[in-house]
Amino acid sequence: MAKIVNFTIDGKDCIAEEGLYLVQAAKNNGVYIPTLCNYEGIKPKGSCRICTVRINGRLMTSCTTPISDGMKIESNTEEINDLRKAIIELLFVEGNHFCPACEKSGNCELQALAYRFKIMVPRYPYTFPQRRVDASNPKIIKEQNRCIMCKRCIRAIKDEQGRSLFAYKKRGHKSEVVLDPVLGLQMSDELARKAMAVCPVGSILVREQGFIQPIGTRKFDKKPIGSEIEMSQPTK
Amino acid sequence: MVASVTSILEKYNKDKTRLMDILLEIQEAFGYISSEAVNEIARCCNISTVDVQQTISFYHFFTQKPTGKYTVYLNNSVVANMMGREQIKETFERETGTKFGQVSEDGLFGLFDTSCIGMNDQEPSAIINGKVFTNLTPFRVKELVRGMREGKDVEELMVEGYGDGNNGNKLVRSMVMNNIRRKGPILDDNYTPGIVIWKKLPTMTPEQVIAEVKASNIKGRGGAGFPTGLKWEFCRRAKGDRKFIFCNADEGEPGTFKDRVILTERPKLLFEGMVIAAYAVGATEGILYVRHEYKYLQKHLESILQGARERNLLGKDIGGIKGFNFDIRIQFGAGAYVCGEESALIESAEGKRGEPRDRPPFPVEKGYLDYPTVVNNVETLCAVVKVMLNGGEWYRSFGTQDSTGTKLLSVSGDCKYPGVYEVEWGFSVYDILGMVGATPDVQAVQVGGPSGTLLAPVEFRRILGYEDLATGGSIIIFGKHRDLLKDVVLNFTEFFIDESCGSCSTCRIMPVVLRNKLLKILNGKGVIKDIDDMLEWAKVLKASRCGLGQTAANPIVSSIKNFRHLYEQRVRMDTDFDSGFNLAESVKDYIEASGRVIVE
Ligand SMILES: Cc1cc2nc3c(=O)[nH]c(=O)nc-3n(C[C@H](O)[C@H](O)[C@H](O)COP(=O)(O)O)c2cc1C
Ligand code: SF4
Ligand code: FES
Repeated sequence: MAKIVNFTIDGKDCIAEEGLYLVQAAKNNGVYIPTLCNYEGIKPKGSCRICTVRINGRLMTSCTTPISDGMKIESNTEEINDLRKAIIELLFVEGNHFCPACEKSGNCELQALAYRFKIMVPRYPYTFPQRRVDASNPKIIKEQNRCIMCKRCIRAIKDEQGRSLFAYKKRGHKSEVVLDPVLGLQMSDELARKAMAVCPVGSILVREQGFIQPIGTRKFDKKPIGSEIEMSQPTK
Repeated sequence: MVASVTSILEKYNKDKTRLMDILLEIQEAFGYISSEAVNEIARCCNISTVDVQQTISFYHFFTQKPTGKYTVYLNNSVVANMMGREQIKETFERETGTKFGQVSEDGLFGLFDTSCIGMNDQEPSAIINGKVFTNLTPFRVKELVRGMREGKDVEELMVEGYGDGNNGNKLVRSMVMNNIRRKGPILDDNYTPGIVIWKKLPTMTPEQVIAEVKASNIKGRGGAGFPTGLKWEFCRRAKGDRKFIFCNADEGEPGTFKDRVILTERPKLLFEGMVIAAYAVGATEGILYVRHEYKYLQKHLESILQGARERNLLGKDIGGIKGFNFDIRIQFGAGAYVCGEESALIESAEGKRGEPRDRPPFPVEKGYLDYPTVVNNVETLCAVVKVMLNGGEWYRSFGTQDSTGTKLLSVSGDCKYPGVYEVEWGFSVYDILGMVGATPDVQAVQVGGPSGTLLAPVEFRRILGYEDLATGGSIIIFGKHRDLLKDVVLNFTEFFIDESCGSCSTCRIMPVVLRNKLLKILNGKGVIKDIDDMLEWAKVLKASRCGLGQTAANPIVSSIKNFRHLYEQRVRMDTDFDSGFNLAESVKDYIEASGRVIVE
């Protein structure tokens, strides 16, 4: 059995198995740390930076940092919350996000985080980038206006031989996440659905699947993102 | 006969972790990486084509289209601009009839910008078909283009003769100058290569080597300043069947070029340092990662490695020590500043995009191919040889209490004697200015490159050292006549925008937002609040994964702190709000398409 360690989050005493990623360790103790690029079951790649916390004074991402004994974690503080809010705002100004017209509205994690952080309007000017919609694949549409570069699809969607269907292209603010034109054609329906489910926003859409879920039944219609964790009982 | 894509792939055993080398060779052989080549690589290495493309498109010097028979990469660093780059650029464009960023219709010329190529003491400079041309003038550019039209080889175009020292060596043949202006323990000529390996290592245990390095109190010279002895100890203690020593010669921080001078003049010292590190941590393989801009040094470096193997300074039972086996290979980059970050360096050497890794785990636990790896800067490894030779205590006699030893400075900008200076830590900025012949009217000094600080004269008494101005050694001097905001701060900020790997949301977006604000101010549309917004907004960058993002706002933040008046002079004082909206600019496309005009 793994060693059990003690740590605190915002002063609250917590315990967890040593080596567990902090997000998970917090979750097991009923503490929600907002995440966006992280996806349970795939290797973390701290790219959105929303899960940033202060550990013993240093900023670290909790999706990539294993828990260790005696960590003092600051998460729900004014400084950290404003940082997270700022990052969400940055993601909004980076792309072209028109929530009312989006197939993923109500099921979108970016939108849900914006609600949770009570964002009315971003503090930064929009950059209005020119982005394309890649509709060349028969099964899915890659809507680049909405892509937030979380790399979930890159990490999660592979063919039977382990080859990636999605990859990054270019670097910096010119980066794009693109679909392999050859492997994309051989994609199964199941993999296409998985890709759409893995995407936190409406950037990967399975054709003819938009708006099928009635308003009121969507994931974040009734409760803010993260509330299920906050209402859960700590697991031992 | 050029090698075929297939033979290149076979040379590297179709190993996807050697993708960098495969791509470098294809690029060099064909002048670009065709989509057929991409498909072939994907097929042979069993990865998707987008996977191949994600590596290609990350690096500046990989291209998927031909780049011209003569490919010119003209440096666009701040100092290049100060030394007259604009005229050089115009002359190239006029003489070749081609714009920068394009290839001429006949395929003869390709003109491209590139960030600092490590020649700040001899700007303007360009890399043409892999050869460096320094101190360019419009006259020389005309000559060069004429020569190209005549079909001359790049070697034939070099009429300047060769630079000093090994630059004239038949394996280098470059016109680059070393400009070594002050020597100390590292650059000292009085050094017998191999002496530590022959005389010291056989008498010491690895633990004793580490203890000696610790006693010297030397810290990493690559910028982060981590204690070298401690790093080696961590790696020695880490479990792993294989261990690696990486030497970081990516030297991408604009304004540094001292590692280039070491690679040219003291490569044996550097390799000896790598062998010592290998002995200390128990490594069997070493990789010298060199930035692409220094590819002209490849044959020179390889011949030194070969010589070392022949003298038993590399290979099996090195220095007669039974069971001490170690060898070094050279890995070239392909144009990405962020690859200088140690974990990005490792990713790149594994054939991937140079994206920094999340830490922990640190490279000393899980580095190259997940084996324990030490990454050290060129200068650090050189200094260690002298530590071993003369002892940690001797080394501590140089510098200050917290910063022992000497530091190589790369000095450029408005001064009489740009070049490399080896000084003891504790030197003040004021003394540096005197030493390098700067004029008394210096307006500002950039210490530590774009990621460092822009200092105003009131701070020139500050000293170089981990306790005050920690620096990798880039010193850029700006005279009174320079426009700091437009020519320096904007250029540095754009450098970070271009070089961000794009992984972190913060580093990918915020520098662009800040640059837009800065442009708003430079365009006369700024208000006081914009200045304070920039200071406030920049804070999110601290949540970025690596030093690039964390320091990307330093040019703006440090210039606002030390030169606020320059900003205030440029903002509107008659209002506290200006959206920055420009009607003519915003409807430009429409006006063009419709053929209409705006009436004021
Ligand atoms: C964006 C970035 C670029 C860097 N570039 C270099 C470089 O070109 N050379 C270097 O030695 N270190 C560079 N570093 C520092 C390395 O990450 C690392 O700290 C260093 O190579 C360790 O060697 P040292 O301990 O001998 O200094 C860079 C760091 C960052 C964040
Ligand atoms: S800070 Fe910038 S360069 Fe560094 S990992 Fe993040 S995105 Fe890449
Ligand atoms: S969720 Fe941790 S960085 Fe994105």
